[in-house]
Parts: sequence; C-alpha cells; structure tokens
Amino acid sequence: MTSSTLLGITTIAYLVASGLYIGLLVFRAKKLGTLATVLTALTFLVQTAGIVLRWIESHRMGYGHPPLSNMYESLVFFSWSTVIFYFGLEFKFKNRILGAFAIPFAFLSMALASMFHPDEIRPLVPALQSNWLFAHVMTCFVGYAAFAVACGLGVMYLVKSKSQKKEGLLASLPDLRVIDDIIHKTIVFGFLWLSAGIITGAIWANSAWGTYWSWDPKETWSLITWFVYAAALHARFTRGWGGTRIAWLAIIGFISVIFTYYGVNFLLSGLHSYGSG
Amino acid sequence: MSSDKKKNDLWAFLASVKLALFTFFTLAAASIIGTVLPQGSEFHRFVHSRGWSPATEKVLQVLGLDDMYHSWWFVGLLSLFSINLIVCTIDRLPNILRLVRLDNLGLGVDRIVKMPQRREWFTAASLAEAESAFREKLAAMGWKTARGEHGSHVILSAQKGAWTRLGVIGVHTSILLIFVGAIIGSSLGFKGNIMLPEGTSSTKVYAADGSNSMIPLGFELRCDWFELERYDNGTPKDYRSQLVVLEDGREVMRKAIEVNDPLVYKGITFYQSSFQLLDGSFSVRITDRASGKSRLFHIRPGREFKWPEASVGFGIVNQQRVYPMSLRHKIWFNDPAGDPVQFWVNDGGTVPVVRGGKTYDFTIKQMYATGLQVAYDPGVWWVYAGCTIMLLGLYVAFFMSHRRIWVVLTPADGGRVKVNFNGTANKNRVGFENLFARMAESLEEDDSIKLTRE
Ligand code: HEM
Repeated sequence: MTSSTLLGITTIAYLVASGLYIGLLVFRAKKLGTLATVLTALTFLVQTAGIVLRWIESHRMGYGHPPLSNMYESLVFFSWSTVIFYFGLEFKFKNRILGAFAIPFAFLSMALASMFHPDEIRPLVPALQSNWLFAHVMTCFVGYAAFAVACGLGVMYLVKSKSQKKEGLLASLPDLRVIDDIIHKTIVFGFLWLSAGIITGAIWANSAWGTYWSWDPKETWSLITWFVYAAALHARFTRGWGGTRIAWLAIIGFISVIFTYYGVNFLLSGLHSYGSG
Repeated sequence: MSSDKKKNDLWAFLASVKLALFTFFTLAAASIIGTVLPQGSEFHRFVHSRGWSPATEKVLQVLGLDDMYHSWWFVGLLSLFSINLIVCTIDRLPNILRLVRLDNLGLGVDRIVKMPQRREWFTAASLAEAESAFREKLAAMGWKTARGEHGSHVILSAQKGAWTRLGVIGVHTSILLIFVGAIIGSSLGFKGNIMLPEGTSSTKVYAADGSNSMIPLGFELRCDWFELERYDNGTPKDYRSQLVVLEDGREVMRKAIEVNDPLVYKGITFYQSSFQLLDGSFSVRITDRASGKSRLFHIRPGREFKWPEASVGFGIVNQQRVYPMSLRHKIWFNDPAGDPVQFWVNDGGTVPVVRGGKTYDFTIKQMYATGLQVAYDPGVWWVYAGCTIMLLGLYVAFFMSHRRIWVVLTPADGGRVKVNFNGTANKNRVGFENLFARMAESLEEDDSIKLTRE
C-alpha cells in the first residue's frame, strides 16, 4: 500500500461523501446524514494514514521532510484541514447539513491535486529546509480551511436569504441568524491562523534571506486576503454589518485565498514559485 | 467654537472605523497593482516585452508604479492607516481603561438586576447567613467577591478577565510596533550582496537597491571554502561556506554557514544564497595527520604549488572533465621523504598520501564563489515583538472575555431575603450563558441555604 493509493481512495470517498451530504440537504433523510458522517470520518482516517505514509516514504527515499512542501502536498493538507474543521463545526452545532457546503471543498482540493499536480516525492532545495516553512504552511492552511468553510456557509446564507419559502429544501437549512453567527466565528478562527501564517512566513523569509517582507506577489496577496477579512471583522463588530454583506465578504475573502494560493503560482511570478511543481 | 467643532470633526473622522474600512479596501486593491506589474529592475524589461511606448513607461514611473510599495501615495496610505489607528486608540483608550478599572459595586442596583443573565430567588435565611453562604459558595467556584451596601441592599460582586479588554489595544499597538520596526530597518539598516570567490575577502558589499554603490562593512569577511552537496538526481541538497571575520587582519570569528543558518557579526547577517562555479580554478586542502597542521590552496592546473613549512610541492597534471565539471584530478605530489608520486582523486574527495612516516590527507575540489546576501536590520526585533503581541492580542481579543457577576440581597416581606443573581460578559455570550446557568443550578442545589423561586 502506497500513500498514492490511500490518497486516491480518499479522493473518491470524499466525492461519495459530498454526494451523501448534498443528498441529505435535498431529501432530508436522517440516515443519509449518519452515513455521510461515518464515511467522511473513515475517509479522514485513510487520508491521515496517507499523509503519514507519505512522510515515511520521503524518509525512506532519504529526503525526510513533512509532506507540506509543494502544491500537491499542500492541497492534500488543505483538504484534510477542511474536514477536521468541518467536524469541529458539526460537533459544536450538531448540524450535518453544513457538510453539503464544506465536504465538496475537501473533495475538489483532492481532485485538483491528483489531476493537475505530480505526486512524486521530491527532495527539498536548501531554502525550503526549515522548520519555519512547515510551521508557515500548516498555519496558513488551517486558516484557509476555515475560510473555505466560511465561504460555503456564505453561499448557504445567500441561497437561503434569497428565498422566502418556508417549505422544502431550504427550510432544512439552519436559521439565518445561526448561519451568520457561524460565519463570523469561522472567520475569526481563520483570521487568527492566517495572521500566524503570515508571521511564520515572515520569520522563515528572514532566516533564509534576511528580509522578512519583500512584497513578492504571494506575500502581497496573503496581505490582501488579510485586509479583506480584517475589514469584514471590523465592519461587523463596530458597524454592525451582518447577514448578506458578511456572507459576500466571506465569499470574496475566499476568492482572494484561492488566488493567493493558486492564481499567484500560475499567473504571477515570485519567490514562492517552488509550489508550481 | 466653530474651530473647535472643525477640530472635533477631523478627530472623529481620523478615529472612525469608516476610514479604517476605506483604507483596508484601498490598500488591498492598490496592492494588487504591484503583483501584476513586475517591480523594480524587472519593470523596464516587462514594459519592453509588452511593447508599451516610452511615454507610457514615463507616466507609470511618475505614478511610482515601477516601485509602488515605496511610492509616495502608497506610503501615504500606510501613514493614513497608522494615523487612523493611533487616533482611534487614543480616542477609545479612556473608555476601555474605565471599563477595566470599573468598580462593579458602584453600579446601581436597578442596573445590576437588569443584566442579561439573571435569576431571582427567596430564602428564609437571615441576611448575614445568606451573605456568608453566597460568599463561600462563589469562592468555591473560583469567584472572589467584594462586598458593598447600597441602602438596604447588600451587594456581592466578582469579575474575571477585566484585563482582556486590553487585547484589542494590544493588537492595534502591535501593528504600529511592526511599522516602527520597518521604518527603523529601512532608515538605519541596509541590504546588500556579494559574490566571494574561495580564498578571497572583502570589506565592502554591493547595495541591493540597484544603485550599484558599495557599502563598507567595517571589518573584513573572507571565504575559505565552499562545499556543494547534491541529491542523487543532481539538484543541490545543501551548500555551505566556511566564512572568517577579520578585524585589522586578525581572525575574530569563524563559521560554516548554510541556507537557513547564517553568520551574524556586529548585527550584520550573512546569508548563504547562491554560488557560482569558477571554471579552471581548484581548492586544495592538505592536512598533516601527525601534527594536525592544515593548509588551503587555491590553484590552477599545470603549475607546481608549494607548502614551504611542510616542504610539500604538488600540482594538477591531468583531469577528467565533463564541461564545466571536473570529475577527477591527477595529482603530482612531492616531499623530502622520497620520489614524487602521482595519483587520481575524485572531485570533492579526500585521499591519504603516505610519505615515509607521515600521512597527509589531500582534498581537492572545484573552486566556487559563494553568493551571500547581507542584511543589517536593527528594526527586526521591533517587528518580532509586534508579531508576538499581535498573536497574543488576537487570542485575547477573540477568545477571552470580561465576565462579571453580582448577588444582590434585599430584605423582603415575611422576614425573608430576596436574592438577585446576575451576570454579563462582553463576548462569547452563549458560552457565558451556559456557565451562568450551571452556576445558578449549583447554587439552587446547595443545601447550606434553601432557595425558592417564589
Ligand atoms: C489590520 C489591522 C487591524 C487589525 C488586525 C485589527 C484587529 C482588531 C481586533 C482583533 C479587534 C477586536 C475584535 C473584538 O473585540 O472581537 C479590533 C477591534 C477594533 N478595531 Fe481594529 N484592527 C486593525 C486595524 C484597525 C484600524 C486601522 C482601526 C481604526 C479605526 C481599528 C479600529 C477598531 C475598533 C474601533 C475596534 C473595536 C474596539 C472595541 O471593541 O472597543 N482597527 N481590531
């Protein structure tokens, strides 16, 4: 059994789990929800094993580094963090329908990784051989996972608020006020991790190049993302923004995240182009 | 009066969150430009490759878009952001400090009993009994109460986390600290780089601002040896430079640096950043095992080199090459212990040379120049302090709250005592509501004092 096999299984299983959660949303059959949660939990274990195994494999090949060093590995980690974060929410709010707006992100991220990025384990160039790098990638992606879920919830909010119907599909969604509250808390959580991510990145850059900030496109985009969420937070607790506007900011913020994470590597150039492999 | 009013308007504007939202979004939008237009030395090439006219280039330059993060208007936006933050903090500080220091006993009873969390009970116990029972019970739950009287009411109050209201101040100040660090760094520090061939030294480095000027170090830096380690597939795994710091020709420091592990001397940091193969030159190290004496040579093929103290002479007589790399070297070696010998040694390898009673270790490798980035940044500790305070502050601001509880005891008809139990928290109200409910429940269940709802 190789890590690639395990992660391949993970991709397909998250697809099925996404289907089950969406099925739950559409048909509101409780059993589907239980099934979805069980399947997601099992898949999460397989994925965890895959990540650990990949780490072990890198040691066997003599390179020995945590699996967080390129696009493929970070997408897998993003997917993993999204699921763990979602489980936190499911547990706290006792609501499985949220899964329909979160688990598809975990699947899409795995699909993207396996379709477009080589999964071979490669040695690290010297600049990447730093514990700060791994701290940086981890903190960033925990934050991104929260923002992905916030974006899903933002979509959920907009869909629900558009329709006044009391019956049917949308009635099974949580109350607008509850969604709004979860979006806010999720953004708060993500913001703390993103801040830590930017800071650990700056420390890493300083230890490798002697400059903690050089306005390279990836850095700049992470700052742009940070500003968007800072604006969302301030708008909310000092000007009372809520509802639709925060839902939109959750979506815009996540678009900025995707661009930081993905767009920059392909459309712009800079120090971080290591990830384009 | 009217000038006062104007001043207040300006102050209110500079303290407003509206302005903050404006700068957040403007900074975010403006920052995008610099990620799309290559900056600095790349700018000109980019403009050329796009076939834009010189006039367009000129206009972009006047707008500072070739180096926009340092342009007057971007720095202006950052200044506006800082002023906003400073004014806002000064504006709100007194109120926050007032809340932190607030005497919770001083609140009127009618305000206390209207707090968001409330329970009302009656007890047959006397006022004094009730008071001591509640004090003990609350102390056992971790709430140390203060006591006050207000007319016929006895008030017990307790609070936790009043200081957490300062978290926001911490976050906002930390951003200013980071700015201070950045300003110190850019005005008092410098960035530079240098390519130092093995065996050479320098007292200056090139400024990294593109001006090609030289910055004096105030001491001398020498590179003795550079080593490259590769993975099996040929990509560099690690590179390492043996650096020596000299003051007035005397060695004061020596360190082997590698990527992520720089040398720091007098606050100036030397980072391993790149390397360059110097074709046709070679570094040799000969060590006399018995005496431990060792010497470095930087040589070219086809000539004899001497180590007079050891009476050793040697040279490269042949090489096996795959341009530009040399794979093996054939060495001619001589000393007084016998006839000259010749032997092959792999590039980067070491061979023992046995001569009479002596053994020499002979190492040879291609010569490199080591590429160093040089930074002097006295502001970096301000930045790091700011970052630490920011993370702590964010945690406090987001996840900790100021919680307050009160017990108001009032003599009621029939010799009974009315008990009002109240509480409030400035954040995480749901969490506090649950905590409050649990506390109320355990007070109700307590046997030392009987509480009834009516
Ligand atoms: C990117 C920079 C900034 C960050 C990271 C930041 C962060 C924060 C945080 C974490 C809070 C506390 C939230 C809470 O209580 O739940 C807060 C509150 C606040 N911030 Fe900022 N802030 C920033 C910039 C600004 C600026 C420029 C202003 C200018 C007016 C500002 C004004 C405020 C105000 C008025 C509050 C509410 C304070 C209160 O509750 O008393 N912030 N900020």
